Amino acid sequence: MVPVDYYIALSALLFVLGALGVLIRRNPLIVFMSVELMLNAANLAFVAFSSVFKTFNGQIFVFFVIAVAAAEVAVGLALIVEIFKSRKNINIDELNSLKG
Amino acid sequence: MQLSETVSSGFFFLAPWLVFAPLTGLLINLIFSKQFKFSENTVGTIASLASGAAFVISALLAYSVSAGHGEAVSVPFAQWIHIGTLQLDWTFRVDSLSTTMMLVVSGVGTLIHVYAIGYMHEDVRFKHEEGRFNRFFIFLNLFIAAMMILVSGDSYMMLFVGWEGVGLCSFLLIGFWFEMDTLARPSWANSNAAKKAFITNRVGDFGFLLAGFLMFWHLGSFQFDAVFKAAPAIAESAPWVIVAITLFMLVGVAGKSAQIPLYIWLPDAMAGPTPVSALIHAATMVTAGVYLVTRSAPLFSLVPQAQYIVAMVGAGTALFAATIAVGQYDIKKVLAYSTISQLGFMVAAVGMGAYVAGMFHLMTHAFFKALLFLSAGSVILGLERGHHAHAHHAAHDDSKSKKKKEGKHALSKVEGKKEEEHGHDDHGEVRRVEPVETFDPGDMRNMGGLRKTMPVTFWLYMIGTLALAGIFPFAGFWSKDEILLDASLHFPSVYGQLVLAAFLTAFYMGRQVWMVFFGEARTDAAKHAQESPKVMTVPLMVLAALSILGGALNLPFEGFHNLTHWLGHTLGEVEGLPLDLKVAGISTVLALTAILVSWLIYGRNPLKAGQIDPLKKPLGFIFTGMENKWFVDEGYFALIINPFKQVSQFLADVIDWRFWHDFVHETVILGTYNWLSGVALNEYADQKGIDAFANWLGDATQWLSANMRKVQNGFVRSYALSVMLGVVLILGYLILK
Repeated sequence: MVPVDYYIALSALLFVLGALGVLIRRNPLIVFMSVELMLNAANLAFVAFSSVFKTFNGQIFVFFVIAVAAAEVAVGLALIVEIFKSRKNINIDELNSLKG
Repeated sequence: MQLSETVSSGFFFLAPWLVFAPLTGLLINLIFSKQFKFSENTVGTIASLASGAAFVISALLAYSVSAGHGEAVSVPFAQWIHIGTLQLDWTFRVDSLSTTMMLVVSGVGTLIHVYAIGYMHEDVRFKHEEGRFNRFFIFLNLFIAAMMILVSGDSYMMLFVGWEGVGLCSFLLIGFWFEMDTLARPSWANSNAAKKAFITNRVGDFGFLLAGFLMFWHLGSFQFDAVFKAAPAIAESAPWVIVAITLFMLVGVAGKSAQIPLYIWLPDAMAGPTPVSALIHAATMVTAGVYLVTRSAPLFSLVPQAQYIVAMVGAGTALFAATIAVGQYDIKKVLAYSTISQLGFMVAAVGMGAYVAGMFHLMTHAFFKALLFLSAGSVILGLERGHHAHAHHAAHDDSKSKKKKEGKHALSKVEGKKEEEHGHDDHGEVRRVEPVETFDPGDMRNMGGLRKTMPVTFWLYMIGTLALAGIFPFAGFWSKDEILLDASLHFPSVYGQLVLAAFLTAFYMGRQVWMVFFGEARTDAAKHAQESPKVMTVPLMVLAALSILGGALNLPFEGFHNLTHWLGHTLGEVEGLPLDLKVAGISTVLALTAILVSWLIYGRNPLKAGQIDPLKKPLGFIFTGMENKWFVDEGYFALIINPFKQVSQFLADVIDWRFWHDFVHETVILGTYNWLSGVALNEYADQKGIDAFANWLGDATQWLSANMRKVQNGFVRSYALSVMLGVVLILGYLILK
């Protein structure tokens, strides 16, 4: 059986990739994908520990995360569509009208 | 003289009703008279009954005292002030002395109440103020209540409460017609007279209070028996204390009983309605000083020096006031100075230690002087009636009524309220008949020949005159003689003054009677004068009977001396002096001589209308002095009142306005305040302190926000980076801590 350390390492790697994607990319779609990547990195860690500790808690939590992520994507994609409709552009560096 | 606390026997439990009976009458008249539209007779009857009830109670108390062999009884009624060793209670003291005073006050008072029903009925109409009838009786009942508190008090402080109460009533009643003068012209003369009486009495009260404070400080109590018990020891160790107490008390006596130098208010007090002059300013209130000295006999007896001063003050007043009475023209003024003079007799008597003689004269004087005053009131009203009857007949005479109107016009400037009276005096309407002119119904020069028009009043007046002049066997003879006898035995100088005063008394009373009742009428008013109604003359007859028989109270014969024995229960038993034929003879001869002299001057050749006083020429400046009351009022103005006004002016203008207002207030306080608020607080504390801090806060916030806004750049990724770094930092801290 694969030791849990590997799962954790993979999860950390995915999380870092996701985080970097969020910080670096300017296309909100890519940013969303990166956020999904971070969520799933967390999901991976949940299920890994769930199997180590022989409980369902982690796996149940993952379901919630997936549900919330789906809702988030639905709202987010709707926002993006609306923004694009009004501005013909979804480059997040140009969406700065709320700056102080 | 131990007080027995047994109140159960006798009528002593009634003692508080001495005060509450008149108060009840007062309250009934005060509260219900308007509501139920009491008639004047009802009001007067209620007031008279209230006063009469006090008389009945006094009589019952006197009976109880005599049944208890003269034992003094104190009737506790209410607690008043209890502070530390100060124990002031409202306790009624019932002994032979206080019951004597009660009987005099309530007896004479009741008769005067009855008389006043008739008198005030007309007086309020002559003055066009019918509504004040009720007020008069309320004040009169209040006076009886206050006087009862005075004479029944068990301590100097309760006595003082009554003392002030009667002073207040005196003020209220002197100023009863406060918006006019004695001739009913608009002026403040009457209210000034009231103020004069009140303020002069304040000087006396100040003396009384100082005496009271000294008494409490050194003798430890205000209660009569306690004071008298403690006094002998103090008189041994510190005699000046007793001297000071008694002399301060004398100041109070001089104020209330109108002695030199504070007598000046009493003549002016004649501004009050005549029943008031009779009740308050002749028969009862002014004798309060005599009562005070008599009550304080144990104190005065300890200090012969003070007694001597009291006797000299009394004798001096007796003589001095008698000389002024000779030169007066107003019928009531003569009686007022006569009252002062007679009070001088009483004060001299009690000063000499002849307390019984003083009290005896107090009683007889109450009878005959009330009689004289009330008869004088009857004369004045008779003249007023005559004047009105005559004015009514003459009202259609054009020139005369025009003159009247002119006279009124000048006066109406003084008070616009009287304007409305114009033009109403043609048709004899009761309210408007009175012409406001300068006819003085009290001026003896306007009288003459009243013997025929007012016979009843004339005979009553004669009785009063003979009693006052001290003619055998009237009451005044016995009481005055007792005083003179005492004086002749111990105080020759006092005796000399009193004999001279007695001579003058007979003289001025003779002068008055000749001027008022004999000769021919000098004015139309006197010609048409009308006799007074029964309600006024019947009380006078009672007083006249008392003036004739009053001497029987203390006949100076073996087996009599009733008053001496009676008062002896309270004052200590003394031997009643037998009649001294020499003293009695001298005074009788002098009195008869004086009447003869007055007949020679005023009776033989009656005064004609407009004639000056026949004494004026031979006596010259002396008579001018008597006429003008020896310029004492002017002297007081020059010596005290004007300097006092100047000092007040100085205090007001210089000290108060220029110093306190201009300098201290405007310059120092206002300047300091301005500097404080303008410079210290405004410039430094406010602007440079609080303001600067507030401004700095604002500036700092602006600076901070100007810098902070750069963080919020609108780049989502930079926010995300911040969040990330924040999470990393927090996690790092949690892991590494």
